[in-house]
Amino acid sequence: MEPTAARAPRLGTLAAAFRAGLPVLLGYTTIGFAFGLVLTGAGLPWWLSPLMALFVYAGAAQFMGVGLLASGAGVLEIGVLTLLMNARHAVYGLSMLGRYEGAGAWKPYLVFGLTDETYGLLTTVEPPEGSDRIRFYGLVTALNQLWWLAGCTAGAGLGAALPFDTAGLDFALTALFTVLLVEQLRVVRRAEPYLVALASGALALLLADSRDFLLVSLLAAAAMLSALRGRLDTDGNGR
Amino acid sequence: MSRLLAAVAVMAAVTLATRAAPFLLFSRKRPPAFLDYLQRYVPPVVMSLLVLSSFKDLPFRQSPWGIPALAGAAATALLHLWKRNVLLSIAGGTAIHMVLLRLM
Repeated sequence: MEPTAARAPRLGTLAAAFRAGLPVLLGYTTIGFAFGLVLTGAGLPWWLSPLMALFVYAGAAQFMGVGLLASGAGVLEIGVLTLLMNARHAVYGLSMLGRYEGAGAWKPYLVFGLTDETYGLLTTVEPPEGSDRIRFYGLVTALNQLWWLAGCTAGAGLGAALPFDTAGLDFALTALFTVLLVEQLRVVRRAEPYLVALASGALALLLADSRDFLLVSLLAAAAMLSALRGRLDTDGNGR
Repeated sequence: MSRLLAAVAVMAAVTLATRAAPFLLFSRKRPPAFLDYLQRYVPPVVMSLLVLSSFKDLPFRQSPWGIPALAGAAATALLHLWKRNVLLSIAGGTAIHMVLLRLM
């Protein structure tokens, strides 16, 4: 039974990657489905949904992009806001430098597929004993994108076939931000970052045009964080 | 059509750039201490600002006074503190928002 024995570890790694990614399967198919419905509900062609799932692969930015495209925003504005929205991914990369070292052929794809959920998963699960660690990371990443693609395609297909009343469904994005904020509140238990956000947000509301809110508030927040470094960096938060 | 394709191409390139930057910049040397500091405190600030920016254009001065959105966000946060299930929190909060939007 040599073929079975030879194949077992490979299948074992795939099975372990599948099991590790089950929560993401549920989340990505559902949110992807909602995304497809929102996209077609905004009057955009259904094929844009799988196209974004394949090449952009960033949930929050995709929701934002649909809103911007539907409101007639220009490509430059979409690019700048995507940059602001996804700058947090650079932070994930910083903490994955060690894990992805020597990843070889998988590395470009691992870097491309580093979403919020994939990052969360790969920093909490361990590859199975005796398996190729990088292959496990790669399979987890690829399965996650497959679930996202399936959800985005199915939602857009259904939305194109049946006209839905999707008013308010785009709130899923606000809900996603709320969840991510609650997660931050659990980890970063200091008042200063949240006060910085409130202060810079208020400043941007007062001084800037509503559409420049994110850009202006983030710049103000960066300046405030730099000024607070002496106070915040000394005692950290348990790291 | 070409505007849609251009937008997807730009979004794809920018997203990949944000994900690849740390690997391209710090493959040989350690990130400076200041970046280490920023990576700790930027996520809570950005998430707070993204939530604020979702609420900034709500019609608070006329019916329904932004209540569907505020109630939806409160439901999302409470569900998440309670069960800590991302899907449940998002689906529950969005459902409450959509129902209130139609009732109010």
